[in-house]
Amino acid sequence: MSEYLLNMRGISKAFSGVQALDNVDLWIEPGQIVCLAGENGCGKSTLIKIVSGAYSLDTGTVEFEGKLINGVNPAEAAQLGIQVIYQDLSIFQNLTVLENLALNSEIANNHQIVNWKRMKKTAQDALAKINHNIDLTAIMSDLSVADKQLVAICRALLYNAKLIIMDEPTTALTKKEVEALFDTVRKLRDQGIAILFISHKLEEVFEISDKVFILRNGKNIHTCDTKDIDRHQFTYFMTGRNLEDMRFEPQVLEEKPVLEVSHLTSNNKYNDVSFSIKKGEILGITGLLGSGRTELALSLFGMNPPDSGEIKMNGKHISLKSPIDAQKNRIGYVPEDRLTEGLFLFLPINDNINVSKYSILANKVGILNKATLDAHAKLWVKKLPILTDDPRKPVNTLSGGNQQRVVLAKWLANDLDVLVLNGPTVGVDIGSKQDIHNLLHKLASDGLAVIIISDDIPEIVANCNRILVMKDGELKSELAGNEIDSDRIIELIR
Amino acid sequence: MDALITRFKKIGRRSEFYIMLTLVAVCIAVQFRSGQFFTANNIVDILRALIVPAMFVMCELMVIISGGFDLSFPAVAALSYSLTTTILVNSHYTGSAILPFVMATVMGLVLGSLNGLLISYCNLPAMIVTLGTQAVFRSLMLGVLDLREISILLPQGMKDFGMTNLFEVINPVNKLRSTMPVTIFFMIFLVAAVFLLLRFTLFGRSLYAIGGNEVSAMRAGIKVQRNKFLLYCIVGAMAGMTGMVRVCMAQQAIPSALFGLEMIVISAVILGGASIFGGIGTITGALLGIGLVVTVQNSMLLLGIPTFWQDFFMGLLILTGITISAVQVNRRKK
Repeated sequence: MSEYLLNMRGISKAFSGVQALDNVDLWIEPGQIVCLAGENGCGKSTLIKIVSGAYSLDTGTVEFEGKLINGVNPAEAAQLGIQVIYQDLSIFQNLTVLENLALNSEIANNHQIVNWKRMKKTAQDALAKINHNIDLTAIMSDLSVADKQLVAICRALLYNAKLIIMDEPTTALTKKEVEALFDTVRKLRDQGIAILFISHKLEEVFEISDKVFILRNGKNIHTCDTKDIDRHQFTYFMTGRNLEDMRFEPQVLEEKPVLEVSHLTSNNKYNDVSFSIKKGEILGITGLLGSGRTELALSLFGMNPPDSGEIKMNGKHISLKSPIDAQKNRIGYVPEDRLTEGLFLFLPINDNINVSKYSILANKVGILNKATLDAHAKLWVKKLPILTDDPRKPVNTLSGGNQQRVVLAKWLANDLDVLVLNGPTVGVDIGSKQDIHNLLHKLASDGLAVIIISDDIPEIVANCNRILVMKDGELKSELAGNEIDSDRIIELIR
Repeated sequence: MDALITRFKKIGRRSEFYIMLTLVAVCIAVQFRSGQFFTANNIVDILRALIVPAMFVMCELMVIISGGFDLSFPAVAALSYSLTTTILVNSHYTGSAILPFVMATVMGLVLGSLNGLLISYCNLPAMIVTLGTQAVFRSLMLGVLDLREISILLPQGMKDFGMTNLFEVINPVNKLRSTMPVTIFFMIFLVAAVFLLLRFTLFGRSLYAIGGNEVSAMRAGIKVQRNKFLLYCIVGAMAGMTGMVRVCMAQQAIPSALFGLEMIVISAVILGGASIFGGIGTITGALLGIGLVVTVQNSMLLLGIPTFWQDFFMGLLILTGITISAVQVNRRKK
């Protein structure tokens, strides 16, 4: 019997000639929390799909509890005690909590006739395992993301899971929910369950894991105990680049503010908010979920017209009742969920860049000239740059960071004075994050007023020369220059 | 008290509740206008008119829950009963109604399995497949096989079965007679069977799971393809049986009789709160949905409204139903 629960050695896997994994090792002891980190496309998902039996491997060995398990199928892997909680959680939104918890075991035991009493007992047992209480009769789609995740975890535990693999579980969670999730994860570890945690978020990796495996381009780059590595090294290993901590120094071109907001109120959302921003500045607005930050951002783009208060642009009073008003007043907006709100994922890159500008690009009689469109898209592909061999390919062929650049290109091409970004780097890996930040700095230096709305405090601190902190719909304080400090902001937003 | 309130809130969120209210409102309104609604023979007439559509609704409900769509069941039913009766008439069959029912059901199953094969194992979209197969089945029936209307020559066993009534009621005012046919037991049987299937079998719960999220269902170990194939076979058999019920009741087998019924049936299922995206739908809702549709159709006759207005009100009903459910979905999101 080996001391390792899972022991993978020399794993290689190629897809139609592309080497996704090249001689990768990974091992986990029982009751250990191990983090598998790496940028998008480094082979993380391929590796876990090999563990879970969804993919077969080309060469190498996988041992689980000392037994060779090369080439198991997903059902056999589950029987052995390997459970994967995918990013989409694999839950049924249309069914009750009870069924979500118990249906799998009915299937596994091949009970052709469903016994609701037995299912109820199964579900209660599952919840008891993590001492959590959720209304069993609730429909899954009514639950919060955090509760959905707990249901997925409970369901995994029903199989007597020995190893739980979580694929970027914190993506859709608030800070508080992440804390709660980590408590649960620690509880599981104390019960002797090993957790393989997949993430590219620094803070989380350092908070939760005992050991890290860093992959890059399908190879093991670095493996060590979490306590033996610092953030700089971690980032370096992940990206292969040295990313500097930085502070943004604005070059203010005009003393006159470009945008002034006074006593802006949107009933029940935010109250009496006043601020102004000059060209060349990057202003950060932060706060917890529900603090009114998102609603404020939407108001600035005409999607949540305020109930009272005033917005002035270049000294002139303006009213923002719709996104069209905002565009007319040279205000741009990059939405929070770039995948669902911002891009047409299956349409070509050039169409995505051009879509918000058809009215400008069209000729006098309203006809779109293909050459004009192509030239315009090409300009932005080159300028940002967007890494693609052909801008006619769909946007979903791009990596996360490049997709973000497409979103930016979409809004930037309009002549803008103010750009509002809501969570600009949510779900973007570290390297691309840096690229986006550099891009924003450049835009600000070129004379744009940039407003970043985010709960990613390191991001705000590194990129903004002024920060507004919101809490319960009120503007709580304003920090500038040397006052900007992560710990202080964290204290203020709570 | 609190528990009572949450219970009421839950009921208020269900579309069954609203469709029930609408149904009651329609009934009361018609009663006021005509004074003929709540009479024994009108109720019996409505129930009689409900038998065949309600059976088709059970087919469609299962398909829609699984995230699919079936436009072909009237064509499946029509081809099954036309072929069955033609074969029986040509062979001078004189026995009971049992053999015709068995033949039509089996034929329905075979035709349904063709849908199932294409939809599950070839992984084609259900709506397109059934759009195609219904056209193929219809032209097979009318063109290739040249099946004709059969009425006088209908086998005696089928005629007798269709004429067998449980009871008869007479309206004392206008002396109209209405009869309750034994075929109502087919409807009751089918509703009960589908209820048990959906509620208490792994197959039934798998349909909900597949309709909710097919990828998750696969990961959970549900044999998605096999279940889908089975579903279309069952639905085909049910359609075949329902077609034969209709032939016996109408005392004639007309190949084109059921054309267009699929739209009414789909509307009723959606009206009853089922989601066109799959995963959501109840028997109660679907029955109330078709109940409302049949009641409205019947009442328009009672009120003497010209029949071309029927389509207008049907359309209105569907739009209202869909609007209500869309509003609910939006409210939930907030």
